[in-house]
Amino acid sequence: MIGRRLLGGYAVLAYVFLYAPILVVVAFAFNGGRDVLFWEGFSTKWFEVALRTPEITEALRRSIFIALGNAVVACILGTMLALALPRMRPWLRTPVDALAYMTLVTPEIVFAIAALVFFVQAGNALGLENPLGWQTILIAHVVFNASVVALIVRARFVSMGQSFEEASFDLGAGPLATFRQVTLPRLAPAILAGGLLAFTFSFDDFITSFFVTGPTSETLPIYIWGQLRFGVTPAINATAAMMLAFTLVGVVVAYLVLRRSEQSREGGLPGV
Amino acid sequence: MSAQPESARADSGLAHNRSRAGSGGPRYPGWLALPAVSWYVLFFLVPLGFIAVTSFGEVVGFSDVAYTWSLDNYRYLWDDIVGEIGLYRTIFLNTLKLSIVGTLSTLVIGFPLAYYIAPYARHKTLLLLLVIVPFWTSFLIRAYAWLIVLDPEFPLYRALGLSDFVERQGILFSEKAIYIGVAYNYLPLMVLPLYAALERMDWSLVEAAQDLGDSPVRAFRRITLPLALPGILAGSLLVFIPLTGEYIIPVLLGGSKTFYAGNLIAQQFLESRDWPLGSAIAMVVIGALTIALLIYARALGKQEQYGG
Repeated sequence: MIGRRLLGGYAVLAYVFLYAPILVVVAFAFNGGRDVLFWEGFSTKWFEVALRTPEITEALRRSIFIALGNAVVACILGTMLALALPRMRPWLRTPVDALAYMTLVTPEIVFAIAALVFFVQAGNALGLENPLGWQTILIAHVVFNASVVALIVRARFVSMGQSFEEASFDLGAGPLATFRQVTLPRLAPAILAGGLLAFTFSFDDFITSFFVTGPTSETLPIYIWGQLRFGVTPAINATAAMMLAFTLVGVVVAYLVLRRSEQSREGGLPGV
Repeated sequence: MSAQPESARADSGLAHNRSRAGSGGPRYPGWLALPAVSWYVLFFLVPLGFIAVTSFGEVVGFSDVAYTWSLDNYRYLWDDIVGEIGLYRTIFLNTLKLSIVGTLSTLVIGFPLAYYIAPYARHKTLLLLLVIVPFWTSFLIRAYAWLIVLDPEFPLYRALGLSDFVERQGILFSEKAIYIGVAYNYLPLMVLPLYAALERMDWSLVEAAQDLGDSPVRAFRRITLPLALPGILAGSLLVFIPLTGEYIIPVLLGGSKTFYAGNLIAQQFLESRDWPLGSAIAMVVIGALTIALLIYARALGKQEQYGG
């Protein structure tokens, strides 16, 4: 009994450890003073300042745009991959599987510089004057986010069983009709959840974006990074708080979607 | 990330049976994988091939690369590693230390938490979600939050009159701050697989061992630890691998005073403009990582052989 109490106390401390720093950033975004560390009363003025700074709003718009484009492409590629994989011959599935996992576990900085070298050289070969921009960020983000979507969608696709699909095929429906009428309705929550996670991954990404960005395509994390060289400011905290809010909405919606569909199926634990 | 063990389990069990049951039957065509695989090949494998090739080149002029197929970059690194000054050797050793200590600290901090959530807590789904949520939020923001929390002028320290004490510790912009930041940012990656392993464990085995006279410590060592091992190993991989290329935390919290492989690579690309040398360093990191993973996989195979 004492051990259990101790463990409970430890867990409380661990959660404080996990959340205190994030909450500090959010709390100090509401600091009315100019200095980050000296509290001068509650105020939302730094949010106004941030939203009136063109660099911030532009970077925010660009980040959302890239994250959305990335989520759409990643959903299409990832879902197609997830449908094909479970029934592939093992000699083919193993390398494809390994490739998808590799995109997730390779140290990001290695992928980032590889993408940079590739885009610059490809741009030279194609005679592009400025090969780097939001397009290269989006292309690079899709690489690992397609794998994220594929992982989530495949877990669902495999666990829900494929007797409906088999029946549909047996009755003469083609892959497209089967997908639209049978698979998509059942996979939709997993695809949506995968897409939301892909969105937040892209929206939050710093390293890859930082290396493959062009001179005029700053995303929000790149902007924050640049400002941090001059130290933390209340406006940065306000920007970060808005980013956190954005991501949290995405994650919570993804969780609720997965949980609801999971519960309506069997009432089990969510997979994510 | 939590989907990983899930899908692995599903593949080894369910998918296997079904593919046998329905083999030859109609199914989604394999070419559906083509778009994603092409994307991976073109924008992942080919770029990695590019840095492999670039690592054998040399810089000409300001930042142009000449593909000369020389081993000069590797020779240069090797001479330094075995040489007297050992600038790069120190950096590679720093990286190894960061990866190992970082992994161990998340394990030590994370294990009791996972141990608490898995069998005891009533709202374990919620508690697990609370561990995951920080992981889904911006790594950059979570790292820079410590710039505020570790500052001696942080209001809490001032209120408690601890500012001078914290100042004397000199935590911010030192190696200590880097290790705190690493333990913090990577903790969720460790807790998830630990939880997955402990959650699946049959806790009545622990009770049985204790009923039969094992002390709690002995039961923990003989039952819980071996059964949690897959989670420990998976979590260690998830933390160790990205740590070998960690870039953000040393720059933000370490004040760029301690250098790691990730910073070295970035420096070659952003400041020195020596892409061939930067590529060679990246190849060394990938090479060392691959060797480490192979040793690890072998040890794992042996252990499974003997562990039954």
